[in-house]
Amino acid sequence: MAFKRVPQKFNASINKVVVGTGDKTITLGGENVLPFYTFDAPIENKPKVGIMISDTGLDKTLPGIAAFYGDAESLVDVAKKAVTAEGADFLAIQLASANPDEQDASPEDCAAACKAVADAVDMPIAVIGCGNRDKDAKVFDKVAEALSGKNVMILSAREENYKNVVASAGLAYGQKIGAESAVDINLAKQLNTVITQMGFSGENVVMNVGTAAAGYGYEYVASTLDRITAAALGQNDTQLQMPIVTPVATETWNVKECIATEEEAPDWGSREQRVIDMEVITATADLAAGSNAVIVKHPASVAVLSKLVNELI
Amino acid sequence: MALKGLDIFKISPKKNCKECGSPTCMAFSMKVAQGAVSIDACPYFSEEAKAKLNEATAPAMKTITVGAGETEHKLGGETVLFRHEKTFVNKTLYAVNVCEGCFDGKIDSIKKVDYERIGEREYVEFLNVQFTGDKDKYVDLVKKAKEQGRALILDCKDVDAAAAALEVCADCKPILNGATPDNYAAMCELATKCGVVLGVSAGDIDALYDTVAALEAAGNKNLVLDVTCATIKDTFATAVQVRRAAIKDTDRTFGYPSIVDVSKICGGDTTLEGALASLFTMKYGSIIVMSEMKYSEALALYGLRQNIFTDPQKPMKVEPGIYPLNGADENAICVTTVDFALTYFVVSAELERSGVPLNLLITDAGGYSVLTAWAAGKLSSGSIAKFIAENDIENKCKNHVLIIPGKVAVLKGELEDKLPGWKIITAPNEAVGLVKFLKELNV
Ligand code: B12
Ligand code: SF4
Repeated sequence: MAFKRVPQKFNASINKVVVGTGDKTITLGGENVLPFYTFDAPIENKPKVGIMISDTGLDKTLPGIAAFYGDAESLVDVAKKAVTAEGADFLAIQLASANPDEQDASPEDCAAACKAVADAVDMPIAVIGCGNRDKDAKVFDKVAEALSGKNVMILSAREENYKNVVASAGLAYGQKIGAESAVDINLAKQLNTVITQMGFSGENVVMNVGTAAAGYGYEYVASTLDRITAAALGQNDTQLQMPIVTPVATETWNVKECIATEEEAPDWGSREQRVIDMEVITATADLAAGSNAVIVKHPASVAVLSKLVNELI
Repeated sequence: MALKGLDIFKISPKKNCKECGSPTCMAFSMKVAQGAVSIDACPYFSEEAKAKLNEATAPAMKTITVGAGETEHKLGGETVLFRHEKTFVNKTLYAVNVCEGCFDGKIDSIKKVDYERIGEREYVEFLNVQFTGDKDKYVDLVKKAKEQGRALILDCKDVDAAAAALEVCADCKPILNGATPDNYAAMCELATKCGVVLGVSAGDIDALYDTVAALEAAGNKNLVLDVTCATIKDTFATAVQVRRAAIKDTDRTFGYPSIVDVSKICGGDTTLEGALASLFTMKYGSIIVMSEMKYSEALALYGLRQNIFTDPQKPMKVEPGIYPLNGADENAICVTTVDFALTYFVVSAELERSGVPLNLLITDAGGYSVLTAWAAGKLSSGSIAKFIAENDIENKCKNHVLIIPGKVAVLKGELEDKLPGWKIITAPNEAVGLVKFLKELNV
């Protein structure tokens, strides 16, 4: 008896969300099969890889970063280099300077910086906040205004600030909104529900359902992604059919494996390779469990992840 | 998938004698199908019928044992496709290639990766011993590999060479990864004779299926399936479909653990090889063969594996209490964190590295990480103060200095109010900052 194939094609599919403008847009989602299951049905839109830069600068102690970015110092120059990274599909700008406990940059300054970058590059853009919910809401308001017409992803709106973020960045300035929740399928669904109840179309929402570095509570992330994908496709749960965007770099660079210096951990080898492997291994796991886009920082990570995706689809 | 009551009834004795405690054979069959009673409650079922039933009710994916003694491992035996459905039982294991000519240069770096992470030894469990054409040299290589305290995979499709190699290593129960659609009969005979697990490869899912079916027909069910194909895409498709066919569609022909040789499909890009190892740890590699295991990738990969293969029904917790570190006595200062095993492991390792005597206070935080516990209300100034009162820390520790995790710096003020006489110090956010922090701490 020959092997009998039983394809698992679902009647539901993940929403298609377009980011960017002109001929440089990217489309996230659209598939009706599990991640990379092209043997069940074709996957039209490959998962995307974003390269993250931060407005608080680069870690030039890593030789690969120093070599890639060269003498670029200003955010605009760094951005111009970043978009040349092999395999990068979009640019993610992290506005770490806005953190009130640190530099406390003003929303206006953040907006001006984003505007300058958006004028200098033609790649689709995602904007990542500083993590402080109140401040992020204020920053996103100005950034979304400054970037109106650019169709960027605002990452992200959370339970605590979604009303402001969706009202301004989403409804007023027409940007895509990332709904961020804390590794729990019910929280993800609830946030999408309240966002769409504000009259903002679920077709313009992407999700960050939580992230962790490999080895650091990652099992919850994997299972949350698995369960959301299963509910979106298997049960046609329209409140969970938003494409998933996972900012990997915001977690992985902070774990010991990536922070410890070569003097502190001589057995572990090059710190740069640890940073890359942690990003790549975590991001691959996210993609395997259902992320439609991952965001990493090291250009070498971008290249490898993009190669992986191209090989798989 | 279990048999239906009606199927069992068909092969039942049909005596309706009630000796089993059920009124009829039909009623009994229904109960057996539900798993409510054992078939053994009826003395009259034929052996043949029982065997058929056992076969049908056994898990669709076999558990295969390889290696011997210290190097013994279990593979497969999974019952679900996703960890949240129940739990994965046998974790993915890793192998690294060794070959004639590269062995001496490589073995040290393979052995260098060997450490403990939350009670689990992390190391390269298998050596994948590659055959490169010369039988005698292969036997020498296998002899050397056998001395390394790792389980072996004989990556050898040459029957003669495999037979010679098994003469020197059959006792350590290697996997003979050698059967192909062309040589499976001879390989099957050899593996059966030596009592070792046979690896089957075909480079194509249909040919793999047919070869496994032929081996099963020859009576060999002690197999692992090498799902590696020519491309990454085909390898992934094969790995997933093999596992899914077994578990979701109960196609027992594919009910075996898998080997994925990512060294063959990564095109020499070792960072891509790490990505592939991650991919197949997530989706369905029982053993992943790599060209090397860099320490940098081990750190991430073993962490990922440990997470994916934890039991979702059992949070990993440590006992709340006072843990004196580095020879701490009542004069040592106190530091606190949560009872989540991972957090405890990370934090205590750094505290030990600092060499500073400390009393580590682990409070009952429901087994959650620092921020999760804080967000869930299980780590608060109240919970810490209560712990200190209930455990009589005021008297047990003379030095009233308490260091709290940086991520809950917000608790400092409240703690100062609740613990008069204590000096509360906020530590860095990440445990990795502890050594430097403690060195510079002046109290
Ligand atoms: C996995 C996870 C869960 C798991 C629980 C896992 C567990 N056993 O804790 C689940 C899914 C159950 C969960 C639930 C929730 N979670 Co949660 N979760 C996470 C996640 C993804 C990883 C946590 C983890 O395992 N970290 C690894 C451990 C090792 O970290 P750690 O304990 O903090 O230890 C580090 C440091 O703090 C430091 N450290 C620790 N102790 C000490 C001591 C000293 C002295 C020093 C110097 C350092 C130090 O060392 C460690 C390494 O550096 C994080 C996000 C993230 N990526 O971190 C969110 C996160 C912690 N969760 C969050 C939330 C909000 C929740 C919920 C409240 C959601 C909800 N509304 O239901 C619930 C609460 C639980 C409940 N049932 O009520 C938020 C907290 C937000 C905040 N800032 O307050 C986070 C940050 C996610 C987010 N970005 O929103 N969560
Ligand atoms: S003991 Fe066996 S034969 Fe008798 S009624 Fe029960 S099932 Fe039927």
